[in-house]
Amino acid sequence: MAASETSNGTTLRHAFGNVFALFILLLIGVLAFSIRLFSVIKYESVIHEFDPYFNYRVTQFLTKKGIYDFWNWFDDRTWYPLGRVIGGTVFPGLTLTAGTIWWIVNSLNIPLSVETVCVFTAPIFSAFASWATYLLTKEVKGVGAGLTAAALLAMVPSYISRSVAGSYDNEAVAIFALIFTFYLYIKTLNTGSLFYATLNAIAYFYMVCSWGGYTFIINLIPMHVLLCIVTGRYSSRLYIAYAPLVVLGTLLAALVPVVGFNAVMTSEHFASFLVFIIIHVVALVYYIKGVLSPRMFKVAVTLVLSVGLVVCFAVIAVLVALVASSPTKGWSGRSLSLLDPTYASKYIPIIASVSEHQPPTWPSYFMDINVLAFLVPAGIIACFSPLSDASSFVILYIVTSVYFSGVMVRLMLVLAPAACIMSGIALSEAFEVFTRSIKFQLPGAPIDSQVDAGDKSSDNTTAQNDVAKTEKSEDTIKERPSRKNKKKEKEPVGQPSVKSRFEKRLLVLPLEASILAIFLLVLLGAFYVVHSVWAAAEAYSAPSIVLTSHSHDGLHVFDDFREAYAWLSHNTEVDDKVASWWDYGYQTTAMANRTVIVDNNTWNNTHIATVGTAMSSPEKAAWEIFNSLDVKYVLVVFGGLVGYPSDDINKFLWMVRIGGGVFPHIKEPDYLRDGQYRIDSQATPTMLNCLMYKLSYYRFVETDGKGFDRVRRTEIGKKYFKLNYFEEVFTTHHWMVRIYKLKPPKNRIRGKTKKSKSKTSSKTGKRSGTKKNPWH
Amino acid sequence: MGLRLDLFLFTIGILWGAVVSDLVLSKVDRRIDLRSQAVRIVSTLKVENEGSDLVSEVLLAFPDNRIKHLAYLAASPNEGKGKAKVSSNAYPVEAAQPKDVPPGLTFYSVSLPKGLGKGDSLTFDVLAVFTHTLQPFPEKITQADVQLLVFQESAHYLSPYQVKVQSLSVKLPDARIESYTRLENSKIHGSEIKYGPYENLPPFSYSPIVVHFESNEPFAVAHKLVREIEVSHWGNVQVTEHYDLVHGGAQSKGEFSRLDYQARPHVRGASAFRRLVARLPPRAHSVYYRDEIGNISTSHLWGDSKKTELEIEPRYPMFGGWKTAFTIGYGLPLHDFLFESEGKRLLNFSFGCPMNEVVIDTLIVKVVLPEGSRDISVSAPFPVKQWQEKKISHLDVDGRPVVVLEKTNVVPEHNQYFQVYYKFNSFAMLREPLMLISGFFFFFVACILYTHADLSISKSSASYLAKMQWDEVQAAVQQVQNIVNRCLTIHDKLEASLSDLSRTGDIQGCKAARKAADGSLKELIKELKPLLSFLQSSQQAAQILPKVEELVAKEKDLQERLMAKHGAVVDCYEKKYGGREIENRVAQQQQKITALRHEVDDLLEIIDEI
Repeated sequence: MAASETSNGTTLRHAFGNVFALFILLLIGVLAFSIRLFSVIKYESVIHEFDPYFNYRVTQFLTKKGIYDFWNWFDDRTWYPLGRVIGGTVFPGLTLTAGTIWWIVNSLNIPLSVETVCVFTAPIFSAFASWATYLLTKEVKGVGAGLTAAALLAMVPSYISRSVAGSYDNEAVAIFALIFTFYLYIKTLNTGSLFYATLNAIAYFYMVCSWGGYTFIINLIPMHVLLCIVTGRYSSRLYIAYAPLVVLGTLLAALVPVVGFNAVMTSEHFASFLVFIIIHVVALVYYIKGVLSPRMFKVAVTLVLSVGLVVCFAVIAVLVALVASSPTKGWSGRSLSLLDPTYASKYIPIIASVSEHQPPTWPSYFMDINVLAFLVPAGIIACFSPLSDASSFVILYIVTSVYFSGVMVRLMLVLAPAACIMSGIALSEAFEVFTRSIKFQLPGAPIDSQVDAGDKSSDNTTAQNDVAKTEKSEDTIKERPSRKNKKKEKEPVGQPSVKSRFEKRLLVLPLEASILAIFLLVLLGAFYVVHSVWAAAEAYSAPSIVLTSHSHDGLHVFDDFREAYAWLSHNTEVDDKVASWWDYGYQTTAMANRTVIVDNNTWNNTHIATVGTAMSSPEKAAWEIFNSLDVKYVLVVFGGLVGYPSDDINKFLWMVRIGGGVFPHIKEPDYLRDGQYRIDSQATPTMLNCLMYKLSYYRFVETDGKGFDRVRRTEIGKKYFKLNYFEEVFTTHHWMVRIYKLKPPKNRIRGKTKKSKSKTSSKTGKRSGTKKNPWH
Repeated sequence: MGLRLDLFLFTIGILWGAVVSDLVLSKVDRRIDLRSQAVRIVSTLKVENEGSDLVSEVLLAFPDNRIKHLAYLAASPNEGKGKAKVSSNAYPVEAAQPKDVPPGLTFYSVSLPKGLGKGDSLTFDVLAVFTHTLQPFPEKITQADVQLLVFQESAHYLSPYQVKVQSLSVKLPDARIESYTRLENSKIHGSEIKYGPYENLPPFSYSPIVVHFESNEPFAVAHKLVREIEVSHWGNVQVTEHYDLVHGGAQSKGEFSRLDYQARPHVRGASAFRRLVARLPPRAHSVYYRDEIGNISTSHLWGDSKKTELEIEPRYPMFGGWKTAFTIGYGLPLHDFLFESEGKRLLNFSFGCPMNEVVIDTLIVKVVLPEGSRDISVSAPFPVKQWQEKKISHLDVDGRPVVVLEKTNVVPEHNQYFQVYYKFNSFAMLREPLMLISGFFFFFVACILYTHADLSISKSSASYLAKMQWDEVQAAVQQVQNIVNRCLTIHDKLEASLSDLSRTGDIQGCKAARKAADGSLKELIKELKPLLSFLQSSQQAAQILPKVEELVAKEKDLQERLMAKHGAVVDCYEKKYGGREIENRVAQQQQKITALRHEVDDLLEIIDEI
């Protein structure tokens, strides 16, 4: 190798570099996969949280019944008695992906269970996502930046939080699809190849299948196209990158049942059509400009402009009328809350009640993207020198995603890849500058002799050059700076592009400063790695259905949720209906296989409000509501005994709000004492008599004699009470889940009614009212 | 209901006073153990032959309503006081259908190995184990109640033979007895009830007794247990057991209060069981305990060289009627269980469930043998239903043979070893690794072929031809670059020779170097010519040609100047000029050379980039 000549050496070096890059990419993939396995190692191979359980259940159905039954699946296990058309209301990308993986693996006779496949889908796709990041960044700034960005993305905490093993959610594959779509767009933009444009449309289709966040793509790309047109960067490549995407992409998107005609009828998609029209106009203008003489062209412009304006106004008028005629102005609630961060909390409590729909706090930025937050500005600057179509796209991406992440914590996930790309570019550029400076100065010559080398005798430099060459001819990088440097002074005339590069090579920092800077950068990177590993291991790996706590006598496991679900699934009738707050709907259907009233899909606000009302009503009214819904068991989550903070009492105000939003007799102030939510003796009687309070604290006082709630850190207000309409049938080991059964209606014995008539007037009033039974 | 039937039996017993054979039971001693949910009745029979013929069979009678719960029946010679354990010299027991017997009874015959001659007598034990014969009464209890059980038996030994002396003792788990049938000679002794002795009772005498007693023993019943034993010749036996468990005692009714259960678990929830212990074979490893929704964390494992004990707790305490399902799995070293004899392999494994308290309604044992096993045969110590299946597992092609054994009503007494014999070629073990290796090998070969093959559809299309030409041009340019580079090295050598000259003053060596350089440079130029002409003729090269030509021209220039410089320097040395003078002379040349050299280098790079 050392003996081979320079050109031979460069090809060899290229091949070497390629293999090296491939190897690094492979390692990055392994890293992305393995850093997400903490949850399996620390806990177990299990599906996490809430939504993943639904996806898991759908995947089970898909693998058992096949694709056609899946599309036609009407699920009667949820939203009793309404049911839910799963096939038409679910984003099928994730399910189909995992189902396909399962099918392939099983047809190779590798007996993996559906659960295993589901658990490991997210880590596998995060490896894919980091490779896609490499491709995207490579298109923008070259291989070095690509590798850095891929490595950063492989362990960015924000993405880890949604893609640890077991976190089987749409985002797991959607982030890959998002980045890959962007990559194909940039690739098309750079090459102008229709092949990539078609692939781009297909990738976009996959994204539409996977996640509702596809609207981000279909708004961001038009924005970029518009930006390119406005800044005079229109080219045929831009047209090829955009027009097929809109046409094919929209057609394909409309094939996904959950999107359907929304792809052309909701305002989220209008921007893309508008830009589609604009790009055609611009293309036409460019064409005409080429055909006509400049004078004719001017005439044509004035003509077209006047006609075009009229048409535009007409179209806009129609659009405005269309949008105005729909009640939400054509925007879905979640999208509206994107544009107006205060929208949700004002109008839709059900969206506001989800913590991941809240705006993030500053610490959460530090937690989720860590040092990337500081590197992003540097990356943006690096993207401006020089500004290309690709880099302007990345800039636009980071700017919009920063805005969206500021609206909703959940969308931090979209910011993460952008931040990784930017930081990758920044880091790679910084390293390039510093290593170049060091390389340039290392061969031994004094610094200033190289910086203003012109005066020095050329003999010296050539000799040095030769020495370097003979010593290590393959290491051309070493010679390059000096060579280029001298060339610059001696021959100012040259190729412009080459020249600019040479100029850049002139920018050399002092040796000590570069070494220090590299050291600091490595330190920064190390800090990032440490933080990411910590986040993966400690913060984001908990499956949330199994909780652990470290006490002085070792690890303590709280497996109450599964205890309750297992009890339900084995010891109740198959057709029994279980009512709980909607958070636990998916888990109940998936783990306990029982019909639930509401679940995490939250498509029917009234139904949820009904359950909320029941929970906030006194026992009798609640019993009537539940009985009318055929409910047999009521499940509440109670953390007061062990101090589990996200229990139903803490969520209770949302139940009141959502319930009150539909049923006005539930009023939030009734549950608040002086605007404060409390459950101690100062609490309002409405609060102390509502079902949620009673079910949570039933016989709680007998545990320690005082009824001290460890979450609220107070003694409960009403300590001794009896349940008349519900009976406790199961409580888990740490009391975290309590299941009550509705008592059957009492037999109406005449004598007894008479007796009770004197006791409680309200009861008898009701009873005489309902006394329509002919047998009496 | 059962009681009435017993009465009915009793009456027919009286009616059918016929003597089946000449045998007489001179002494019967029955011990009924009610301390677990499976009822164990050990009867010590002393048989006497009063007839003259040689008798080799002894009949045992059981009422029909009992027979479907009979899980296990064995007879063995009496070996003193100890429990009737299954020993190697057990007598064979078979179902029998003698003539002239009353209906409603089922008979089993014990074959005596030697036969009883006239006047001979023999003592042996009969162990009968019944499941589901203890009835909870009341059938539904609350959490706070204790579980009461009813057991019905006959105080007299039901036998087709005349019984001379007999006694019965019923061992209960607890001294708390709700009630029991009082007969003559019945007495209670701690937790044991004794009946008898009764003397000289005719055949088929029957005297129903009922014992109602308290028992909080675990009533763990597995409706179904599937044990899968997978043999891998790589050194592991993987056992997976799927349990479908229910508390078969009194149904629980009303509330379940965790508070009461936690505060006073022995009072409130006495009838529940919360843990089971599985005794696994020694050296069991990779033990897991889970159900369909994940790992169950409440288990403990400890072991020594003789056994491994796994204590498991279901997710929730099991009250009467509550069900649960879970899976236990563990791996075992192969050499403990697999042996070779006469060219056959022999798997020796225990049949029953590793938990002693569990009664199994249906036990299915599946033995998965490695792919390619032949001539499979099973020997089990008791009759079982068996058939074969195929299971397709990791990378199998035609599936692994599975031997399935099914047995109902299994009690811990069935924990005996059964054997599976099969033939297996050890080379078949290598099949799957070889498959994988060849799979990857072909994959890589395919990758190599793909990168080297030309897969374009139309070989005559313009773009394809252009691409081909462009490839050729690139190759040519590459060669040109190579040559130029070699020229540059030669230049370097020349320079080196000059510096040598300045150091040593060896003019001859320098000249020789010059000569060699001249020769090789000429050759290189020769080589360069056809390439250049090719590039000139090629259309595709139009873009790159000027640069290449410039490069070649510059190179030539550089060469000439260098030669000139070389010549001049050597000249100077020959004329013995001073060092400074030489430098002055060549300074101009030198400057130009350096400039040219850089131009050449830059051109090389530019071409490289194109």
